[in-house]
Amino acid sequence: MAVNPLYNAQFIDHAQHPDYKYQMDDPTMSHEGVNPSCGDELTFSVRLAEDGTIEEAAFVGSGCAISQASADMMSDLMVDKTPAEAIELCELFKRMIRGEETDDAVLEQLDEAAMLRDIAHMPARVKCAELAWRTLQEMLEAHGATASMTATVSAACDHDHSHDGEVG
Amino acid sequence: MLTPEQLRDITESPYKADFPLLAKHPEIVFLDSAATAQRPACVLDAERTFYETMNANPLRGLYRLSVEATESIEAARARIASFIGAVDGTGKPQASQIVFTRNASESLNLVARTLPQVVGLGPGDDVVISIMEHHSNIIPWQQVCAATGANLVYLRLDDDFTITQDEVEAKIGPAAKIVSVTHVSNVLGVENDVAAIAARAHQMGAKMVVDGAQSVPHLSIDVKALGCDLLAFSAHKMGGPMGIGVLWGTSELLDAMPPFLTGGEMIDSVTETSAVWAPVPQKFEAGTQDAAGSYAFDAALAYLQDHDMAALETREHLLATYLTDQLAALDFVHVIGPADGARHVGAVAFNVEGVHPHDVASILDMGNVCIRAGHHCAQPLLAYLGESSTCRASIAFYNDKQDIDALVEGLKTVWQVFNGS
Repeated sequence: MAVNPLYNAQFIDHAQHPDYKYQMDDPTMSHEGVNPSCGDELTFSVRLAEDGTIEEAAFVGSGCAISQASADMMSDLMVDKTPAEAIELCELFKRMIRGEETDDAVLEQLDEAAMLRDIAHMPARVKCAELAWRTLQEMLEAHGATASMTATVSAACDHDHSHDGEVG
Repeated sequence: MLTPEQLRDITESPYKADFPLLAKHPEIVFLDSAATAQRPACVLDAERTFYETMNANPLRGLYRLSVEATESIEAARARIASFIGAVDGTGKPQASQIVFTRNASESLNLVARTLPQVVGLGPGDDVVISIMEHHSNIIPWQQVCAATGANLVYLRLDDDFTITQDEVEAKIGPAAKIVSVTHVSNVLGVENDVAAIAARAHQMGAKMVVDGAQSVPHLSIDVKALGCDLLAFSAHKMGGPMGIGVLWGTSELLDAMPPFLTGGEMIDSVTETSAVWAPVPQKFEAGTQDAAGSYAFDAALAYLQDHDMAALETREHLLATYLTDQLAALDFVHVIGPADGARHVGAVAFNVEGVHPHDVASILDMGNVCIRAGHHCAQPLLAYLGESSTCRASIAFYNDKQDIDALVEGLKTVWQVFNGS
């Protein structure tokens, strides 16, 4: 049986041995994303550095191989990005898996996550692939919506180490 | 385990040639008939024949075409009635007991919206359903209970996936006014002893509703033997068109139930302030019906009868047994439901160890094997079983051993993709 190249060894490795799947000790923010129809759920956390870039990214949760591998590849990609860059990459990823962006030169920005481009031909799996990206984007946008991000960050670090709070 | 003779009987399918999609696409391994069945050519032809030879709005016309359209609907009703044993003492089909809807879901919604009034459902009364219901037989009753103050009570399964008589007697008591249970689970494929549940319901003075969406396509049904008051099912799961459902009920109950949808075709007379309902079944059929769909459903049932429903049932029993046995023989597959294949009607739920059902289904699809994966519109059942989602393979008489063997090969590939060869 010919298996679509999507489920390649590199992909399976991300799904089964994700480098970024762990409970982060001191996240700046965490946010839970759920796909009710498939039961995929993950909580994504990031810690921002002093300069506002993403210093560490990690997730916990459960779901299909596509949602898990996608979250792992995304985490790797996001380290050292600013929140604004991260949101742009989330938008690009969503365009890719909906088949709206197919230019390899553009998709290069997604690094390994570009291997998920075939999802564009699997409409039932789009939600699985985009769960992590949607969750990250929602979290960053909610965070960015506050007047002083830095102030909120330090407040969160001072008072809340529970890691499971929604972004307010 | 099947005998060599039984295996030989299911090695090939003499029926696939009758089903255009399967005949034109021999590469497709269709194991999702519990979601919707394939349709034989005679059903597709019937849909076209209706529009080419008898197309007119039924019921109201006084000219020949409209009369023919009306007669085609009534002939369909009569065949459906015969098919489920809704006949009088002389064997005459009780066509007026057949109400056309869009699907089994609509039939159940019709019942949930009208039966409570007949039984005077109120605070403190019980509506009893089972934990293995499809959402279509849960949500309407949740709504009814929220509106009336009645309690929603669940019959639960034991470790052997059975609703025991003890459970039935414990849950269906004097407070029960309505009992609504599926005949066959769309996830587990197990058959419930609906006759025993109906007997208890009637003993307690409750009305018995049966969701037959997964049983009428596969089992020879006799509503008198089931002992139910109302039975809902869908044409599209038995070779008929999508968009046609049936509600069967006893004449006494259908007469007592108020209309569901109102408007054209369901009245005898209308004044500025009131209306007199048409007799059953028209009382429940507001607006222009899918007459071509009814005519095509008639053709689907004729196909099943011409090929001997009992013989098809026997074949499906062998296929379901083989399917369960083959899945159980894979050490990385976990069957969710009875290990005994003979207890499966149509469907078998399973999971591949360590692989999410959606990945299983996607990889199987790469080999043209079609199965369902997810919660199967039965989230309370999956929660009760401690599963967030499962794979489900389901058969119909047109399947054969080769289809099931292709599924098994596909599952081996799934395992290799995730675990190396």
